[in-house]
Amino acid sequence: MPPVVDKPYQEALRAYEARLASIGAEEMIINMGPQHPSTHGVLRLQLVTDGELVKEVIPHMGYLHRCFEKHAESMNYGKTIPFTDRMDYLASMNNSHAFVMGVERMLGVDERIPKRVEYIRVLVCELNRIASHLIAIGTYGIDIGAFTPFMWCFRDREHIMNMLEWVSGSRMLYNYIWVGGLFYDLPVGFEERCMEFVDYFKPKLAELDELLTRNQIFVSRTANIGVLPAEVAINYGCSGPMLRASGIKWDLRRVDAYSVYPEIEFDIPIGKGEMGALGDCWDRFKVRVDEIKESIKIIEQCLARLTKALKRTPDFDPRGFMPKKVNLKAQDYYVRAENPKGELGFYFVTQEKTDIPKRVKARGPSFNNLSVLPELARGVLIADLIAILGSIDIVLGEVDR
Amino acid sequence: MVERVKTLLIGQFGEQVIVAEERSGLQPSLVIDKELLQDVCLFLRDGEETYFDFLSCISAVDDGVEAGTFTVVYHLASIPYKHQLTLKVVVQNDRQLNNLPVVPSVTGVWRTADWHEREAYDLMGVFFDGHPDLRRILLPDDWEGYPLRKDYKEAETYHGITIK
Repeated sequence: MPPVVDKPYQEALRAYEARLASIGAEEMIINMGPQHPSTHGVLRLQLVTDGELVKEVIPHMGYLHRCFEKHAESMNYGKTIPFTDRMDYLASMNNSHAFVMGVERMLGVDERIPKRVEYIRVLVCELNRIASHLIAIGTYGIDIGAFTPFMWCFRDREHIMNMLEWVSGSRMLYNYIWVGGLFYDLPVGFEERCMEFVDYFKPKLAELDELLTRNQIFVSRTANIGVLPAEVAINYGCSGPMLRASGIKWDLRRVDAYSVYPEIEFDIPIGKGEMGALGDCWDRFKVRVDEIKESIKIIEQCLARLTKALKRTPDFDPRGFMPKKVNLKAQDYYVRAENPKGELGFYFVTQEKTDIPKRVKARGPSFNNLSVLPELARGVLIADLIAILGSIDIVLGEVDR
Repeated sequence: MVERVKTLLIGQFGEQVIVAEERSGLQPSLVIDKELLQDVCLFLRDGEETYFDFLSCISAVDDGVEAGTFTVVYHLASIPYKHQLTLKVVVQNDRQLNNLPVVPSVTGVWRTADWHEREAYDLMGVFFDGHPDLRRILLPDDWEGYPLRKDYKEAETYHGITIK
């Protein structure tokens, strides 16, 4: 190893190496990942095991680190939006929505954005939320050993991908929501096709629900496994479905009432401990299934408004309110929004007379949700560790940024 | 909210706890005395009126080479009361790699601070005193320097491989 400059600050590294060197005779270190499908990306877990029991989990991240924060310091706000898309690449719309919202609030234009633009934003975000949850459910099935739900989820997700491709021009990384507006208005006929999709998807979701939710094998693999009490979840900064599955009604769409969510009716599903203890893997799964149903409700309300009160007009320009240049005074602002995975936050420190920020910090929900894994996985079986990791629903693009 | 928190903190710890106040932006913030940070966080977490049980984010900010300071920003939220608060700690530092700015760790207050502080150490080179496991988190263990610092120079080679 080459000489390391910051030697005085490496006691923790030496302690970690000493810990691995001093394992007991009955213990074994197993390396899981980074190239393993059940780690949902390039996550490496070092397990200290005793037979089938996991004594300790040491996660190693950073294989997908793409210097988001460093990049954001070298370009203006508009150019950073494609980078936010690549953080949680399963929910790009939600990421750029949060980012754009922060810049708009700092500019003070957030109240002046046309209603049609806001409704389109919410519509595409909720479509993306469904797509993200479908992946979570589908891959979770595969982790547990059920292959069919995976195929069904990906089939239905593909319809959403196609629709969003029609809207933005690309399948997964959209760069659609811009500061002060949108890339384009919805394509002609989109509302009708979206309605068709909703009608198609509702029975499919019921089918999916039947296939997995009360499936005896699935229940016995997930109920009472990885129980996360509410106070531990809060202490570890878990948010989104993780926190709601532990019984806390905390949804930033309602708490912060941003965008047009206050005008829309929807419920916040929480875990009830139906199959076992409150906050187990089954509850986390169930919360996601229920959230898809709520997202469909939101989409229907958006479509109703977009086809009637906020109908498209020939002179409507979604770029009409976009500022020519994002000129901000020196300030700092933390914006948070409800991503499919939880609380996505951006902390901006801006500087005078330039549209390039001094610092942008991204707080990814997966990063915080994953940090609870060593706590949850202490003393479980290796097979249950897979079930726990799958129920957290991480995206490594966002853990590593 | 900030006014009330300020009164409570001064009542508990005395005038010296709040070093400065920032009110120009959209979210006002309190700059806290570094030595009292842990006590302040514990007080805010457990206080009946404040109850900041959720730590949203820890961000380390390099204030620039001329300023010679680093700022660590804590964004707190309270789940029962739904309010938010921003705390800051400012540390003077000469940017030498063998003399990192030191800030007390708040992992004992919120466990989520563990990974946030590791990330701040990894990318900005802020040392958190009392952290149980302060290793690099996103970069490899043998990485040299702290990339988010304003004076960071990219390395020419990595493990003997020319990368520029």
